[in-house]
Amino acid sequence: MPLGLNIGAPVRVYSGSMLEVTGLHKRYGDLVAVEDVSFVARPGEMVGLLGPNGAGKTTTVSMIAGLLPPDRGEVRIEGGVVHGETDPVKLRLGLVPQEVALHDELSARENLALFGAIYGMRGAALASAMESAFDVAGLADRAKDRVSTFSGGMKRRLNLAAALLHGPRILLLDEPTVGVDPQSRNQIFSSLEELKRQGKTLVYTTHYMEEAERLCDRIIIIDHGKVMANDTLEAVRRLVPSVNVLEIGVENPGQDGWLDGLRAVEGVSAAAWDGSTLRVTVLDLLASSPPVLVWLNEQNYRCSHLSSQRADLETVFLTLTGRSVRNA
Amino acid sequence: MSYTAFQALVRRDLRLFFQDKRAVTMSFVAPIVIASFFGYIFGGVADDRPPSKIVVAVVNQDNSEVSGKVVAALAADAALDVKSRPLEEAREAVRGGKTTVAAVIPPGFADRAGKSFFRGGDKPEIQLLYDPSHATEMQVVRGVLMQHVMEIVSRDTLGGPSSQRVLDDALRDLDKSPDMKPADQAALRRMLQGVGEWNQRQQANPQAQANSGFSMPYTVSQEAVTARKGVQYNSMAHSFAGMCVQFILFMGIDAGMVVLYQRRSGLWKRLQAAPLSRYVIIGSRAASAAIVAMVIMLTVFGFARVVFGVRIEGSLAGFLGVCIAFAIMTATFGLLIAVLGKTPEATRGIAILVTLILVMLGGSWVPAFIFPQWLQKASFAVPTRWAVDGLDAMVWRGSGFDAALGPIGALLAFAVLFGAVAVWRFRWES
Ligand SMILES: Nc1ncnc2c1ncn2[C@@H]1O[C@H](COP(=O)(O)OP(=O)(O)OP(=O)(O)O)[C@@H](O)[C@H]1O
Ligand SMILES: [Mg+2]
Repeated sequence: MPLGLNIGAPVRVYSGSMLEVTGLHKRYGDLVAVEDVSFVARPGEMVGLLGPNGAGKTTTVSMIAGLLPPDRGEVRIEGGVVHGETDPVKLRLGLVPQEVALHDELSARENLALFGAIYGMRGAALASAMESAFDVAGLADRAKDRVSTFSGGMKRRLNLAAALLHGPRILLLDEPTVGVDPQSRNQIFSSLEELKRQGKTLVYTTHYMEEAERLCDRIIIIDHGKVMANDTLEAVRRLVPSVNVLEIGVENPGQDGWLDGLRAVEGVSAAAWDGSTLRVTVLDLLASSPPVLVWLNEQNYRCSHLSSQRADLETVFLTLTGRSVRNA
Repeated sequence: MSYTAFQALVRRDLRLFFQDKRAVTMSFVAPIVIASFFGYIFGGVADDRPPSKIVVAVVNQDNSEVSGKVVAALAADAALDVKSRPLEEAREAVRGGKTTVAAVIPPGFADRAGKSFFRGGDKPEIQLLYDPSHATEMQVVRGVLMQHVMEIVSRDTLGGPSSQRVLDDALRDLDKSPDMKPADQAALRRMLQGVGEWNQRQQANPQAQANSGFSMPYTVSQEAVTARKGVQYNSMAHSFAGMCVQFILFMGIDAGMVVLYQRRSGLWKRLQAAPLSRYVIIGSRAASAAIVAMVIMLTVFGFARVVFGVRIEGSLAGFLGVCIAFAIMTATFGLLIAVLGKTPEATRGIAILVTLILVMLGGSWVPAFIFPQWLQKASFAVPTRWAVDGLDAMVWRGSGFDAALGPIGALLAFAVLFGAVAVWRFRWES
C-alpha cells in the first residue's frame, strides 16, 4: 500500500476484532437471501461460510465487501463502517469474487498491474507487490502469458493473487477453489495457511466440508439464508456428539434396496453405498457396531475392510438440514 | 490515487480495443471500404470518368434520309447509348429493363414533318416507350430528341434537296386558304419565296449548305461550385465523413456494451470493492472511447487523403475541432447506452437501431439536402447531422473556422446532456 493513503482519514477506535458482522439481513422481493448473519473475526482467524447453492454465501460476502447494502445489520472493519465509494477503509479489504474476474485478453502481469492501480499502486511498490503475488500463486513463470492460455486452476490462482496486491488485512474468498485440481487446490490452501500465519483475517465460502474442516477456525453453516450453526469447528462437531461412521468395503453388494434391512437395525441412523464403500452412521460406536457386522454376515455379504471415522461436516450438515451438501 | 486508477483504466480500454481484431476491422476497414464504394458510385474522384449513358432503342420505320440523320445524331450524342431495333424487340427490351427508352419514328415521318414545318396540321408522332422507374431519363431523351429533330428537319426544309418541293407545296396551299387575310397571305408568300431564293444561293455553295437550318441558339458550360475555383467536388469527401460518423458511433455502442458485460462479471465487483469513485469509472470509459474515436477519424481521413486526394479545403483547426467534439459526443453516447441498458443482449439490438436512425437522419447515407424541407430542419435535433455538416463544411466546402463553431457547440451540448444523464443514472448493480 503506498504511503500517505490514509493521511487525513479519521482515526478509528480499534476494538480488537478485525471484522465484526452484526445481524445482516437481505431480501430480494419475497425471497429472504440472508437472515441474521453475525460473527466476529480476529487477526489470523478464518471463518468458513458453508452452504449449498443459493444458501446466501455470496450475498453475505457482497454485503461485507460493500457491494450490496444490507437491509438490516452492520459491517465494521477495525471498528469502522465504510462511508461512500472512496472510503479508505476499503483498502483493508481484498475480495476474491466467485467468478474468475480477469481480463482473458491481457497477460497475467497486465491484469495484476491494473488491479494494483485501482488501489492507487504504481512504480516500485506495485512491482514488488506483483512479484510476491505471483509467488503466492505459483505463476511467476507465466506472468507474461495471456490469461486465455491459462488452465482453470491457474486462473483461480491468479484470481486470488489479484486480491492480495494492495496488502489487505481482511480477505474475502468466495469459493476460490471451484473447478481446481487437487494439486492447485493444495497450493491455494498452503497460500491461505501462510496468510493466516501473517495475521490476516479470512472469510471463506465453500460447498466442500473437508476444505472448511482443514482451514477454518469458525464455521457458519447456512441454508436458505438461515444460520443453522455458528461456532468453532470443535463445537460444530459436538452438535452431533455421538455420531460415528463405519466405513466397510463390501465385495458382493446387493441389488437396489439391499440396505433397507440394515437401516432397520437398532442404533443405525443412516446407511449409504457409494459404489465401493458402505458408510453406516451409528449413534454409538461400541453398542451399534456389532449388530451391523452380524447383519452383514447373516446376509452373506463379504467384507474386505472395516474402519471408523469421527463425524465430518458432511454428516453434520446432513443431520442439521436433512440434505447432503453437494446434492442440495 | 484516482489519477493512477484513471490512467490504468484508460490504458486497459485502449489495449482491449486495439487487440480485438473484430473491433479494429469494424472501426477502420469497414468505413474505408464502404465510403470508397459510395464515393465511387456517387461521382468518384473527378469528372474525367465517363458518366453512365442512357440506353436508348430507336425504331426507324421511316427509313428516309431525314430519319437516318436523326438516328445518326442520336447515336453521336454523348449522353445516349443508341441501338436500332425492330418495334417488338424494342418494347420487350424496355419491359425487361435492358433499355430505358425506345423512340419509334413512324413511316412517312420526313414527309409529314417537312409539310407541317410551316403549316402545322398533320404532324407525325414520335412515340417514346419508357421504363416508368426511369421517368427522369425519359425527359432527358425527349429533350435531346427535340434538339436533333429540330436541327435536321429545319436544315432539310430550308436547304435540303426536297426543300423546293416543300416550298412549292406550301405556296400552293396558301392560294387555297381563303380564310387568311390578303395582307397576311402576301407577307407569308414573300417569306416563302425569299426562303426559296436563299436556298438556290446556298445550293451554289455546298459548304455553307451544311450549316443551314436551325441550331441551338446557345451553348452551355458547367462548373460545380466547391471550395475554390478549379477544385473539383470530391464525392469521396462526403462519403468518408458519413461513414466515419456511422462506424465511430458503432464503436461507441461497443464501448457501452463492454461496461454492461463487465457489470455482470466479477471484474466490476473488483472495481466496486476498491476505493474508486464512479466518476473515475465513467470518466475513464469516456476518455478511452473518445481517444479511439479520434484515432479512427484521423486514420480514415488520412486514408482518404492519401488514396483519393481528399483535402481539408477549409480550416484545419475547425476540422480538428469538429472531430474532437464528435469524439466526445460519441464517448458520452456510449455511456448513455451503458447506464440505460439492462443486459448487453437486450441492449445491443436497440442501440444499433437507434444509431442507424441517427446516422440516416444525419445525412451519412444520402446528403441531408436531398431531404424534404421539414426533415432538413428536424434533423438538426440529432447530433449526427451536426457532425456530418461540420465535416462537410471543413473538408470540401472549404468553410472557415467560424463555420465549425456551430457544429462544435451543438456536439458538445449533446455530450454534456448525455454525460449528465450517465452520471445521474449510474448504477453499480446490474
Ligand atoms: N440480484 C439478485 N436478485 C434476486 N435474487 C438474488 C439475487 N442475487 C441472489 N439472489 C438469490 O439469493 C439467494 C442467495 O444467493 P447467493 O448467490 O448468495 O447464494 P450462494 O450461497 O452464493 O450460492 P452458490 O453456492 O450457488 O454461489 C439465491 O436464492 C439467489 O437466487
Ligand atoms: Mg455464491
